Amino acid sequence: MAEWEPVVGLEIHVQLKTRTKMFCRCANSFATEPNTQTYPVCLAFPGTLPTPNETAVEWTLKLGLALGCEIAARALFHRKHYPYPDLPKGYQISQYDEPLCLDGRFTLPGPDGDSEVGIVRAHLEEDAAKTIHVGGATGRIVGAAHSNIDFNRGGTPLVEIVTRPDIRSADQAKRFLQLLRQTIVELGLSDAEMEKGQLRADANVSVREAGETVYRTRTELKNMNSFNHIARGIDAEVRRQIATWEAGGEVVQETLDYEVKSDTVTPRRRKEEADDYRYFPEPDLVPLEPAAELLERLKAELPELPGARIRRFEREYALPFYDAEVLNGSAALAALYERVALDGVDAKAASNVLMNDFVATGVDPAVVNAQELAKVIGARATIPRATFAKALAESGDPEFKADAYLGEALVADASELEPLVDRILADNPGQVAAYKGGKEGLLGYFVGQVMKETEGKADPKVVNDLLREKLG
Amino acid sequence: MPRVIDTLRLTAEEARGLLDRREVSAAELRAAYREAIDARNDELHCFLTLVDDDGNEGVPIALKDVISTKGIETTAGSEILKGYVPVFDSTVAARCKAAGLQLLGKTNTDEFAMGSSTENSAFGPSRNPWDPTRVPGGSGGGSAAAVSAGLTPWALGSDTGGSIKQPSSLCGNVGLRPTYGTVSRYGIVAFASSLDQVGPVTKTVRDNALLYGIISGRDECDSTTVDVPAVELPDAEDLKGLRVGVPKELNEAEGIEPGVADAVRRAIGLCSELGADVGECELPRSVEYGLPCYYLIAPAEASSNLARYDGVRYALRREADGYYEMVSRTRDAGFGDEPKRRIMLGTYALSAGYYEAYYGQAQKVRTVISREFAAAFEHFDVLVSPTSPTVAFKLGEKTENPLAMYLADVLTIPPNMAGLPGLSIPSGLSEGLPVGLQLIGPQFSENTLFRAGHALERAIGFDPVPERLR
Amino acid sequence: MAITRDDVLHVAALARLELTEDEIARLEVQLNDILAAVGKVSELDLSDVPPTSHPLAVVNVFRPDEPRPSLPLEDVFANAPERDGDHFRVPPTGETAA
Ligand SMILES: [Mg+2]
Ligand SMILES: [Zn+2]
Repeated sequence: MAEWEPVVGLEIHVQLKTRTKMFCRCANSFATEPNTQTYPVCLAFPGTLPTPNETAVEWTLKLGLALGCEIAARALFHRKHYPYPDLPKGYQISQYDEPLCLDGRFTLPGPDGDSEVGIVRAHLEEDAAKTIHVGGATGRIVGAAHSNIDFNRGGTPLVEIVTRPDIRSADQAKRFLQLLRQTIVELGLSDAEMEKGQLRADANVSVREAGETVYRTRTELKNMNSFNHIARGIDAEVRRQIATWEAGGEVVQETLDYEVKSDTVTPRRRKEEADDYRYFPEPDLVPLEPAAELLERLKAELPELPGARIRRFEREYALPFYDAEVLNGSAALAALYERVALDGVDAKAASNVLMNDFVATGVDPAVVNAQELAKVIGARATIPRATFAKALAESGDPEFKADAYLGEALVADASELEPLVDRILADNPGQVAAYKGGKEGLLGYFVGQVMKETEGKADPKVVNDLLREKLG
Repeated sequence: MPRVIDTLRLTAEEARGLLDRREVSAAELRAAYREAIDARNDELHCFLTLVDDDGNEGVPIALKDVISTKGIETTAGSEILKGYVPVFDSTVAARCKAAGLQLLGKTNTDEFAMGSSTENSAFGPSRNPWDPTRVPGGSGGGSAAAVSAGLTPWALGSDTGGSIKQPSSLCGNVGLRPTYGTVSRYGIVAFASSLDQVGPVTKTVRDNALLYGIISGRDECDSTTVDVPAVELPDAEDLKGLRVGVPKELNEAEGIEPGVADAVRRAIGLCSELGADVGECELPRSVEYGLPCYYLIAPAEASSNLARYDGVRYALRREADGYYEMVSRTRDAGFGDEPKRRIMLGTYALSAGYYEAYYGQAQKVRTVISREFAAAFEHFDVLVSPTSPTVAFKLGEKTENPLAMYLADVLTIPPNMAGLPGLSIPSGLSEGLPVGLQLIGPQFSENTLFRAGHALERAIGFDPVPERLR
Repeated sequence: MAITRDDVLHVAALARLELTEDEIARLEVQLNDILAAVGKVSELDLSDVPPTSHPLAVVNVFRPDEPRPSLPLEDVFANAPERDGDHFRVPPTGETAA
């Protein structure tokens, strides 16, 4: 049986959270009543003209720089025509062969080293409005009684990022998207929440036999609204393509929808002639020529990006890749970690606590007093578990002080614990006999009993020593 | 005793003087034009919509019906926009309002400004006040005929291939197609975005400069507009120091009628007499390739601009069971022959496999044309030619042959492709019908065109009132 | 490059025009005539000439990212052929977007 290699490229759309739409000064916010964020421009009333949002252009350039792209000396907006009621002008203003950002490289750190995902382009365009299909048996498009249009989202700014087919697994695709999302969020360009449609990704999928150098026919996979669904969709399509080739069939170029429930892909129905976009330069807009000073300023404004920070965490704090990746899942968590680690707490111990116990509390890392938290983490071996957990849960309070929890020290005095240990051993003659007969795992049982009686306040090390001594 | 207002002769500048000196009231002025409209509009069909008192107290004006006016129906001469009432003012309409101009009404146009005779209006043609069996030109025939027949002191038109200059020529008016980007297109029903430009149609060059001063200048709603040099009202009566070029190809093009050529030759002679340095020059490819270039660019952009008429948000809608059928049926019912022809032509020229050969190539021809004009302007301040190869033609004469109709703009198109301003002034009569002289300058040279136009206007002494109405 | 009847139908579909038989026949002839005339532009060898997409040498025209009030709903729907609550209503699309 041949060995098959998936070949995946991604097309990602990101909604920018500018204050206004891309070409119209309506507010860019969707949580409003239908058609209340509209104007003659974004309703495409006759004679209206687009005016480009300066912030959206700057943000696209910033993202391009973060993706390692070349910034075009000159870029154009084009008209892209397709017939759909949510496109009121009959065309989308987008970018075609002269986009703002070109030819980037995005480094994706992994447990076994870096991988690079090439970026073909990142360009700016306007989003479509929303069509709501009403009536019909299933409430779906096919069979709907009519459709309703809400133009609030119409004309809001969208950055489209197209990668090279450099991705070789569903898992890599998912990790790429997570890191890309994190980068976008940290740049402050978008909240990039997939469930809200702020980030949408389509996958171009093909497979080839190991060693093949050319690409085979690819399909376009759509309709996936979480990173997990994207990974599962790619897996499902890869399986289908492999099966097709192995059965002697041909994969045909088509657009597919991933159906989560059945874990399968289905071909998408579309109008045949919709594919002729008839691009031409948008005559209502003038060319873009990003100035050198602007690019210098934007470069200077770029923060350390999460990909680079993961590698730095590995290096500076001697953390395993996994820890570095999880801690950098949010800028605030990463920042909190650094402040705690720099306060002298053991780096790996701090990582364990933050990744697990702290994250489980749901406290916003951005509001935590790192110095106080560092004290608590540093003393965690000497305070009761319950107290430690309470301290983490309350670490977001403005009044949070380590001393309040450190006062409650563990009972470490052996003479104080000895009578209790004796009583527990006396109460459990059967287990004592079993232990002595070789079931040494029962030591934990006795420790547990002591902890229960002391409500977790006994020093586990002292209890262990005492038990070993008594049980001989 | 109330003053008798002769709307056939009254210029806008004079009307403003009468108002300023309180010799007439705004209401009296409006009434005089309404009376003229009542008397002559039935025959000439200049207006599609008349506006009652809009509360403004300045000089009256008429606007071509591609110019959006808040609360007033704006049809672009098309069935598909019949009954459409804009909820916003175009920038030029707003600027006219801000200048106090009172709106008399909306004037007839070829559908979506596509045509050279106003016969493509879905609401019937306008007629030429000099001879009502003839066309007033187009697409702004309604505005030109209205000015010429004394139904308004001045009007605004829009010019893509010649729709201000050519009807002005055929009706004996002064028409300016301004430099692209000097007048906002916001709220102008779009035909071809890289060419459309609004401009004044007036009785005199001074009126033209006054109105251009009101409407021009950067508009933040139109990204393609720029700041404009301050407009100078012309009063010099000589052309001393002005270098006037006579492009051979624009003056010897096939189809220029002898009477037209004669009138233009006389005007060129006057240029010398007024002190200008007159010389010949060449535009070897601009004239030959200008028209083909235009008839690729303009329909392509039009096919895109007209995609928004889908029966969803405004105006005409033909019902059907499915969305796509509804749209196709609406568009078939709403668009007339000429828009359909251009939509088809433009869609084809942009479609897969043909872009490079047609639209792409035409954009390069545009560069060639711009370079030729730039070379000519190294030696000349102004270039002159006939505006239209012919005087007003008969209604119906060219309606069966689109290509023959397209030739009406063969002389106005080349400078338009380069974004250049062009002023058409009357330069005499041929067969009793007005002949227009086209003055072309470099971008932003409107003041030069006004100066030259004004001096020539004085020297020519053309009587703008149609003989049959005197 | 002569235009066939099939070309006319294809272009009409792209342009969303439901043409009558009469119109299709007439347009086939007229479009061929017009294209023969405008096809003249291809006589020129312009491989070294840049295209003009905009007549003025202007670049970088932007507006600040500052909102202004939107239209009141009565204006939004003032010209709407069909309205369903505060939505524009259209017949079912029956297809998914491209
Ligand atoms: Mg896109
Ligand atoms: Zn808007």
